[in-house]
Amino acid sequence: MAEEQLKRTSLYETHLKYGGKIVPFAGWELPVQYDAGVINEHNAVRTAAGMFDVSHMGEIICKGPDALANINMLLTNDFTGMEDGHARYSPMCNENGGVVDDMIVYKKNDYEYMMVVNAANKEKDFRWMKNHQFGDVEFLDISDSISQISLQGPKAITILKKLVSESDIPKEYYTCNWSVDMCGHDVTISTTGYTGEDGVEIYAPWDAAPAIWDALYDAGKDEGLLTCGLGARDTLRLEAGMPLYGHEMDDTITPREALLSVFVKMDKEDFIGKSAIEAKTPPARKKVGLEVLGRGIVRENMDVYKEGKKIGRTTSGTMCPYIKKAVACALIDSEERVLGEEVEVDVRGRRIKAVMCKSQFYTKG
Amino acid sequence: MAKLFSKSHEWVEMTDETTAVIGLTDYAQKELGGLVFVNLPEEGDDITAGETFADVESVKAVSDVISPVTGVVSEVNEELLDAPESINEAPYEAWFVKVSDITEKEELLTEEEYDAFVAAL
Repeated sequence: MAEEQLKRTSLYETHLKYGGKIVPFAGWELPVQYDAGVINEHNAVRTAAGMFDVSHMGEIICKGPDALANINMLLTNDFTGMEDGHARYSPMCNENGGVVDDMIVYKKNDYEYMMVVNAANKEKDFRWMKNHQFGDVEFLDISDSISQISLQGPKAITILKKLVSESDIPKEYYTCNWSVDMCGHDVTISTTGYTGEDGVEIYAPWDAAPAIWDALYDAGKDEGLLTCGLGARDTLRLEAGMPLYGHEMDDTITPREALLSVFVKMDKEDFIGKSAIEAKTPPARKKVGLEVLGRGIVRENMDVYKEGKKIGRTTSGTMCPYIKKAVACALIDSEERVLGEEVEVDVRGRRIKAVMCKSQFYTKG
Repeated sequence: MAKLFSKSHEWVEMTDETTAVIGLTDYAQKELGGLVFVNLPEEGDDITAGETFADVESVKAVSDVISPVTGVVSEVNEELLDAPESINEAPYEAWFVKVSDITEKEELLTEEEYDAFVAAL
């Protein structure tokens, strides 16, 4: 994407003020890290708290009497019977069973849902939804009016309590409180995140983000809160075994292959991609976690070998700062996927040993 | 001996006419961020001016380390393997390799020239 087309969140100036190192990402100019660096930012989220600007994420509203029917047809998860103020994760598939995008869907009421999608996929998703809509329903892209700040870590709720009353914070995981007064702004607080820690995501009016960011930082800095960039966001999600679109799944990878079957409800009457996913069961390839045994760091798009035979490719890989291990995710032939067995990864011409494992490398204590 | 610097951000300390110590500059370690892995050559390896002889990795990326000289690796700082963060902490003490039998050198800058070069980046 050409540089002049890059967009800025309402926090752009704030990031510069806090020492953010700005990089292009999914069409946006966002901080990859601040002065503390990726490792300290990552560990702050595991041991205290971290805050992220995720305003680049897209928000799409689906509303009308046929909202639920449309969502159940578009997405693989089942939204029937979901309570108001609850959130649910789901892949959205194409007719071949490949993943168009993955998202979190919030239910406002029987007639209105909010879908939070990946920045890089927003235009594609919106077109896809509009091209497949039926009955009395409307899709609205409201991304330009919403900023999103993610506050994550064991101290996140303690910090948040300094700015909003305890009753404003949703108790249950994957629920939200639609209308909360925070620093004089009307925001939505949801107990969701992408780090493997407790925390919240705050949806605020576009221009309200800088004031909320400053207030959160002031409330949290004595608790060990750090501002965090995209670098730590990626290492945290990978350490916690969470998939990233464009890596663990894409238009050619099915949710089953990405081990997301729990979010694919085959007992639903129908949804886009259902027959293709059925036809590809059991999947010929599957995701696996790799813990590196040899010296080196495995990255994405590296070939994986077992007993000299190529069995797949890595989809993500890094050195995880908290567990202090080099790990990766790979998509490999299903019959070769035996947890505990060794494979080799070609790291720029060197074969490095790794052991197959579940991809959740870190679990919150 | 004063340290000299390459435009690819390595420092070289010539210990005599044909031997040198090589490391990564302060500017380089700051740009790379927290280092978590170092891949070094072995003693006896031939290295060539302008070509990769080692790599360093942060949590985000791999970066090549380019040799400013052509010669033979006479000693490797194996302490870096277990403590790559020492490159961030003290880049001018955390040497990578000692090289002997040097036959060729890249264009090297003095400290003053290198500071000006970096300031213009």
